[in-house]
Order: sequence, then structure tokens, then C-alpha cells
Amino acid sequence: MSDRVLGGTCLLLSLLYIYFSTQIRVGFISDPMGPKAFPIAIGVVLGLGALYTLVRPDPEPVWPRLGRMGEIVFAVLVMVAYTYALPEFGFTLSTAVAAGLLSWRLGAGPIAATIAGVSIAVGIFVIFRQVLGLSLALGPWGF
Amino acid sequence: MDVFSNLADGFAVALTWQNLALALIGCFLGTIIGALPGLGPSNGVAILIPLAFTLGLPATPALILLTSVYYGAMYGGRISSILLNIPGDEPALMTTLDGYPMTKNGQAGEALALSGIASFVGAFFATWGLVFLAPQLVKVALLFGPAEYFALFTLAFATLGGIAARNQAKAVIAAALGLGIAMIGVDHQTGVPRLTFGEIHLYEGIHFLVAIVGLFAISEVLLFLEHANGEAPEAGTTRLNRITAPLSMVARTAGSMARSTILGFVAGVLPGAGASLGSFVAYTFEKRLKDKEGTFGKGDPRGVAAPEAGNNAAAGGALVPMLALGVPGSGTTAVLLAMLMALNITPGPLLFTQQPDVVWGLIAALFIGNVMLLLLNVPMVGIFVRVLQVPTKYLMPAVAMVSFVGIYGLSGSTFDLLVMIAFGVMGYLLRKLDVPLVPVILGILLGNEMEKNLRRALTISDGDLSILWGSPIAIGIWLLAILGFIAPLLFGRLIRRKKAEVTVAR
Repeated sequence: MSDRVLGGTCLLLSLLYIYFSTQIRVGFISDPMGPKAFPIAIGVVLGLGALYTLVRPDPEPVWPRLGRMGEIVFAVLVMVAYTYALPEFGFTLSTAVAAGLLSWRLGAGPIAATIAGVSIAVGIFVIFRQVLGLSLALGPWGF
Repeated sequence: MDVFSNLADGFAVALTWQNLALALIGCFLGTIIGALPGLGPSNGVAILIPLAFTLGLPATPALILLTSVYYGAMYGGRISSILLNIPGDEPALMTTLDGYPMTKNGQAGEALALSGIASFVGAFFATWGLVFLAPQLVKVALLFGPAEYFALFTLAFATLGGIAARNQAKAVIAAALGLGIAMIGVDHQTGVPRLTFGEIHLYEGIHFLVAIVGLFAISEVLLFLEHANGEAPEAGTTRLNRITAPLSMVARTAGSMARSTILGFVAGVLPGAGASLGSFVAYTFEKRLKDKEGTFGKGDPRGVAAPEAGNNAAAGGALVPMLALGVPGSGTTAVLLAMLMALNITPGPLLFTQQPDVVWGLIAALFIGNVMLLLLNVPMVGIFVRVLQVPTKYLMPAVAMVSFVGIYGLSGSTFDLLVMIAFGVMGYLLRKLDVPLVPVILGILLGNEMEKNLRRALTISDGDLSILWGSPIAIGIWLLAILGFIAPLLFGRLIRRKKAEVTVAR
């Protein structure tokens, strides 16, 4: 079933891809092949691979149970929130919270996870900012 | 000889205090990365590229740092194979077969030392192979025109799934996805935006480092979330009393090392093989040749020496097509190609003629790295064993955060971070569905170059497609590509079954 979904999705994607490729506007000066042909060819190749997968799917992979799937969705949300938090709250605070949450969901106790989050954030800040001089998101308070 | 004077120049480039220090740091980090289960060479190098890039290191030092990490990871993979029966990375899988039984027999120290020596032998002679073979390949490659290059890129995609690929249709999907992503952005030849949907961030295309770090590192974190137990694997029970191998053991395994080095190197040079196949071929060959008393799989030292020499030799061999042709043959070399491209170096025959200091400095660095790794790995293996005990529940968040730091450092843009997360989710789904990630990466890396060569060829012939198979070299490459694509369909089942037999039958 999963493979049929994959095949179907990729087939749809390939059709959209071919459609959008044909919409590329070509200037009046162009090489013989032009900017459209290669993307269209890629779309066709994708479509062929997708068709085969749709018709001859592999055995079903082992998907995690629904609760575990929720963990993965939660982790993705944490990471997305983290990217938005970076410019608002600065590197150290955002990273401590994000790393702590991830570590908690990977099985650390609340206290251990807090310590891990803070140490990861401070550790990265010291090594990459203070020692190596990399540019990190600094936020309103300069850390 | 020409080669030796080139190599001497290379050593002159590499032997500065700064470069030596970088090589040492790289080797150390690399061994740790290789040793940690779930953080293989591709992952490790992928995370470190944006960092090395944003640190503003010049090309040669950055190359030295990252290739040391690459070689180091190849060494490190064996540690957890031997002690914990968990391969630190894919090529180290075969080392578990005899390495772990040796640990159970109380020979963990000997196994570690012996495998360190075998790794050194494999990598050292493979680097010599690189020195002599790469310039020969360059001579051939200098005859290539755009049509031949287009065929060569196709060959890389056709063989990348590897001889043991399970499903070629999925490799096709993966390559098409990667190539499709590469097309996004302004077309270099006509200047028209393609598939950007008016999104200004997409005009420059998606940066390949963003994609690679997302696909490898972020998806790895998500994969670990499937299992709640973030505990470190148990290693406390094995005691390491002496980490040396008796001379008699080294002497007894010398033949195995020599044969495996040659096999591994050849497997590495051939497209579509890479280090995992190198160690597999070396082990099975050695087993067939020498396993008279049935000791293989029960802790035979030769069963440790063979795959380790094989996989490190293959790692060196894989650098030959990557440097000489600019076409990587395996996952890790694809990531190394990304590194070169991030440093604005285009590998290929022109690199050897125009920037010989980079090439030979790199090769000299490989020799230096090897010696350092031997010195680090044999006496200091205890430190790396300690690192293995860092639980994944603390390690994985750190990996994720370092990935963010690296990508943020590239551009400082929130958009890039979001794209990275999206690639992480995509990487997770593709891995679950058994779609290989390496063709995706290679597609993103080579897509524009591939299209450029095709369009150049057609410009030369004024749109006549027959130029693509207009020379004997091009026809030869096309035939190889077709053969490489079909071979897994014919022999893949056989090799996979053998592999399963070998790994299950212990």
C-alpha cells in the first residue's frame, strides 16, 4: 500500500512537473535545446519510475505505531518553531529549549533533558561562537 | 618520475602546522563519527561541510580537514562492530561477523588493534593506487567532450544503486527527484527562472548543502524517534586489557590483508560499488579461500583483517573516479563531491592540470591522515570506546542543533532552515519506503552540470541528437551504463541472498 501511495504521489508530481516545465517562458535567444526540454525529460523519467512502483509495489515497510508517528510530527514541529524562535529569542535560549524537548522525547527524564538542553546550547555557543567565531542568531539580548 | 615530484609538492602544501593540526582534529572527529552507531561517514561529513565552509577556511585546509574526517570515519566504524556487534556504519557490517566473536572470546583488544592495522594497510596502499591510477584516468578524461560527459553522468546514475540494489525503479525515482530539484532556479544559459513559482528565495536554486544536511542528518534524528529508548548500547561488560596484536597474528593475517586490499581497491574504483561492497567481497573471498577449518564467523582474526582492509581500500579507490572524472561512485564520495563544490572546486581532469596543488595536497593529506589514524587508533582506542557510551537521547539533539548551526551559518536565512527540515521529513519517508537517498543527492549536485553538457553537445551539433553516441568512447560509456543498470536485475538477487546468508548464518 505504501508503495502505491509513493507511486501515485510521484506520478502526480511528475505530471505537475511536466506541466510547469512546459510553462517556462523561453526568451528569443536560446540554444537549440532550450531551457524546457531537460526538465520535461526528468518529469517523464520520474513518471516511468512511479508507474512501475505503482504497478509492482514492494512489501510493506514497518511503520511506527500512531503514537510514535506523533512523536515524529512533534519533533518536526519543534524544529519549525525553533527556526522561527531563533531571530526572536536568540540562539542560546531557543536552542536550549529545542534540544531539551528533543532529548526529552528521545527518552531522557525531564531534569536530565533540561540539563542536556542547556549544556548543548551553551556548549555550541562557546565552541562555535566564542572559539570559532561563527555567526549565530543573536536575538535581542546578544546571545 | 612525474608522480613523485607532484607528490613531493603535495607534501610541501600539506606539511604546515595548521594543516597538520586540522588533519589531527579531522581524524579524531572522524573516528568518533564512524564509531557512533547511526552517524556514518556520509552523515558526519555532511554536517561538517557547512561548518568548515562558514569558518572561512581556504580550500586546501578545508579539504584536508574533511577528508581526514572521511578516512577517520572509515576507521571508526569497526569499533562498535567489534565491541557491541553493532556496525558503526554500513561498510563495517562484515567486521561484526568475526570481530564480535573475538570479543566474546576475550580478544577484544587484539581485534581492535588488528583491525586498526588492517585499516591502515588497506587505506595506505589504496592511496598509492590513487596516486598512480588517477593521472592515467585523467589522460583519458581529457579526451571527453560534452557528449561523453553527459553519458558519464548517466553512467553514474545508472550504477549508483549498486549491484545489490533491490529495486531499480526506486533508484530511478530517487535520481529524477534529485535532478528535478536541481532544475529549480534561474537557468544559467538563458537567464529565465524555472519552477520558482515567483518565490524570490528559489531564484538561486536550492543550495545542495541544505538538502544534504536535511536528507542525512535531520532524517536520522527522526528515525531515532521511532524507538523511545535513547540508551547507549551496553559496552561496560567487555574489558580491554591489552590493545595490541601479537606479531604472529599480524603475520598470519598479512596475506588476507594484501588480497583484501587489492579486491577492495578494485571494488572502490568501479562505479556502483563503494566501501560496503569492498568489505563484502573481501570477506567472502577470504572465507572461500582460507576457511578450511570452519573458523570464520567464530572469531578468526583473518575474518577481521579482511573486511577492514577491504573497506578502507575501497574508500581510497572510490576517490579515483571522484577526483579524476568528477563523478562519484558511492554515497560518501557524493558527499565529498558536495564538499569540493562548496569550496568552488570542480573535480575532474581540469583539476589535475589547473590546480595540481589542491589535488596533490589532498593526496598528501590522505597519507598523513592515515599515519595519524594508525597512531590514534591503536593506542587510544579506549577513548573512542568511552565515546560510544554517550546515549543517543543526548547525542541526537546535539546532532540536530549542530546541523541547524551549520545551515544558519551559510546564509542566516529562516527559509533555508525550513527547507532543510522539509528535506529531513522527505529523507525520513524515502528511507522508510526503501528509496535510496544517494541518487537524490547526486541529482541535486550534478543536475545542472549534466544539463549543461547535454545542451552544449546539442549546440555543437545544432540539435542533432546523434552526437550523443557519436564517438567510440561515448558508445562505450553508454554500454557500461546500460550494463550497470541491468546487472542488479540479473545478479542482484544472488548477491543479496549471499549477503543475507553470510550475515544470518552465525
